[in-house]
Amino acid sequence: MKKDIVLAGVGGQGVLSISALIGLAAMKSGLCLKQAEVHGMSQRGGEVHSHLRIADAPIASDLIPEGKADLILSVEPMEGLRYLPMLSEKGWLVTNTQPFINISNYPDLDLILQEISRIPHHVAFNADEMAKETGSVRTMNTVMLGASIPFLNIPFEKFEDAITVFFESKGSEIIRMNLAALNKGRDFALKGLG
Amino acid sequence: MEQLVLLGDEAIAQAAIDAGVTGIYAYPGTPSTEITEYAERSGEAREGKIKACWCANEKTAMEAALGVSYAGRRGMVSMKHVGLNVAADPFINSAITGANGGLLVVSADDPSMHSSQNEQDSRYYGKFAMIPILEPGNQQEAYDMVHEGFALSERLHVPVLLRITTRLAHSRAVVKRHPAVTGQNPLQLPENPMQYILLPLSARKRYRELLGKQERIMREAEGSPYNRWIEGKDRSLGIIAAGIAYNYLMEHYEDRKCPYPVVKIGHYPMPRKLMEDLCVSCEQILVLEDGYPFIEELLRGYLDKGTKIRGRLDGSLPRDGELNPGVIARALGLPAHSGIPVPDMVVSRPPSLCKGCPHIYSYNALNEAMTSYTGGRVLSDIGCYSLGALSPYKAINTLVDMGSSITMAKGAADAGLIPAVAVIGDSTFIHSGITGLIDAVDHHAPVTVVILDNQTTAMTGGQPSPASSRIEQIVEGIGVEKEHIRVISPIPRKHEENVTIFSEELAYNGVSVIIPRRECIQTASRKLKQAKNQTGSGEEGT
Ligand SMILES: Cc1ncc(C[n+]2csc(CCOP(=O)(O)OP(=O)(O)O)c2C)c(N)n1
Ligand code: SF4
Repeated sequence: MKKDIVLAGVGGQGVLSISALIGLAAMKSGLCLKQAEVHGMSQRGGEVHSHLRIADAPIASDLIPEGKADLILSVEPMEGLRYLPMLSEKGWLVTNTQPFINISNYPDLDLILQEISRIPHHVAFNADEMAKETGSVRTMNTVMLGASIPFLNIPFEKFEDAITVFFESKGSEIIRMNLAALNKGRDFALKGLG
Repeated sequence: MEQLVLLGDEAIAQAAIDAGVTGIYAYPGTPSTEITEYAERSGEAREGKIKACWCANEKTAMEAALGVSYAGRRGMVSMKHVGLNVAADPFINSAITGANGGLLVVSADDPSMHSSQNEQDSRYYGKFAMIPILEPGNQQEAYDMVHEGFALSERLHVPVLLRITTRLAHSRAVVKRHPAVTGQNPLQLPENPMQYILLPLSARKRYRELLGKQERIMREAEGSPYNRWIEGKDRSLGIIAAGIAYNYLMEHYEDRKCPYPVVKIGHYPMPRKLMEDLCVSCEQILVLEDGYPFIEELLRGYLDKGTKIRGRLDGSLPRDGELNPGVIARALGLPAHSGIPVPDMVVSRPPSLCKGCPHIYSYNALNEAMTSYTGGRVLSDIGCYSLGALSPYKAINTLVDMGSSITMAKGAADAGLIPAVAVIGDSTFIHSGITGLIDAVDHHAPVTVVILDNQTTAMTGGQPSPASSRIEQIVEGIGVEKEHIRVISPIPRKHEENVTIFSEELAYNGVSVIIPRRECIQTASRKLKQAKNQTGSGEEGT
């Protein structure tokens, strides 16, 4: 088993915590992982991405080779498109459709959504809206994490465990909301897969 | 043995703690910052068993580590690559004094300039100082090499340079810890009381001693487990892969079996015997190394005759930028894949100042005051405020190296650009702005110095800044006239007032200092959250 995931978003959107959660779930499943992050300057509202590689055998490179990613998981629609050269032929783009607009020349959202719909394998939905249903838009990340689960070959419980550990200090209500978000995201992606 | 998932940086900090380090010193700088952040958070540091601290700059940090080593104990200093320029004086001289307790210098290079002004390669510094260099290829090696680095430093009595790159620093993987070590070295001064006195008389002796050690330094590298020959039958090509480049190479071979012989380098000076064997037995040599063509240049030699060498210099690999599996595939003639091209509509999203950032209001006021003058007068520095170079502010005209704002403004004023303005952050001011201000005051230069006091080192994630809230005392002590030290509040409501203050000081024909003071939004909100969390968990505890 080997899964290469590119996580994408904008600085401050919490891309690194999704990466950390998948990493935690992978570890709990006894898998090897490498997770290359971007720190520093780009965190000030710039584009941010992370390469996450999980496998049942040791992994060589910290970077995913171009054209080899199994999944691009993006919390923002334009950011997902930025890393398309990384995607393998059979790879999936799973993306939030809610734009994060902090630049004046942000392209027309309809054009972005059209472009996404042309990607052979994609799941696109408004994760912010779905997050609100759990009680807080701040669980958007966890909704997206949930949506990635059908593509990852890691048992669902491992993600539940990871959430519980990750949000331990935040209290039981936060954990409950995030577990709900996780389920919602996963269910949606499963439906999308048919 | 305990296993942890660690960033390369964190592995280095954990290893130093596990190897019985006494002091870890640093000035923050991407991608090295997480080393000291991790050490600072450790139980050992919080209980006061080790010192892990931020220093005024890389030079003071390097010297503190040198002091620890002088006292017989293990010292580590970490910095980003350009920090080694700042620390170069004590660094080079520490090779002449030699080490008493183990002395490890960690320099984090940033090929591709993810967050730096250049992509200089620290290995040249190691060679320049004539000391061993260790270059890990993965997080486990980073951990192991810290242990080895201290031991090596104590065996050879020289400092050891640990060179890492962004990719390793900021990538996470599982690391196995070594069994707990024996504790810290006892306090023990050097046997030779002249060892650290670099008067010409003794320095010459010390230098000859360093020269005399070179053979042993080479022997250590030749016997090092980090320099390995990996057999391959096809001798049409031999590959040298340094540090993390080895991983990108092996990525292309499912069973990790490369058809060509590979020499993996992790410990410099380069092992002569392995290199020679490879060059003699293979038709061509491909050198894979992140950073400058350091190995490649040495192998080619000045006249570049003999074995055909391929790498960054002959165009087999790009001359600049970080390596990745793709560029190595192309150099090997392997098929390189690429997915769907980036759609044209995707625009870049440059980093920008946070909403409500104090720097915004300082720039708004400065820009308005500057409308009475021709452009090109604002000499700036490095920090979050460097983003003032971009739209919509376009407020600054230079950004070169830390501390260069005040000094360049003075030079520009000397050249007739009057008024010249310097814009510098509070942390950068302490790092290397103070000395420049002394020059300006000494020569009564017509410069307006803006010291942006957001009470933190924001750019690298909010480390403490020792000058916060006492900059006016410092500049007054330096000799800036009291009436030309103006503390302002960078908030929208005070805009008009601030413009007036800027205008007044720009018109003054001497040194004036304006200090816009308001805390960085990020650190302020983090403190708020922490305070809330503390009450939160307190309630839960009941
Ligand atoms: C020699 C050197 N060391 C470290 C860095 C990394 N670095 C750049 S600016 C900066 C500090 C900025 O702090 P400050 O001047 O207070 O400005 P702020 O980011 O808070 O606005 C650091 C650590 C560097 N570029 N060069
Ligand atoms: S981190 Fe602080 S100083 Fe930097 S841009 Fe944000 S608010 Fe401004």
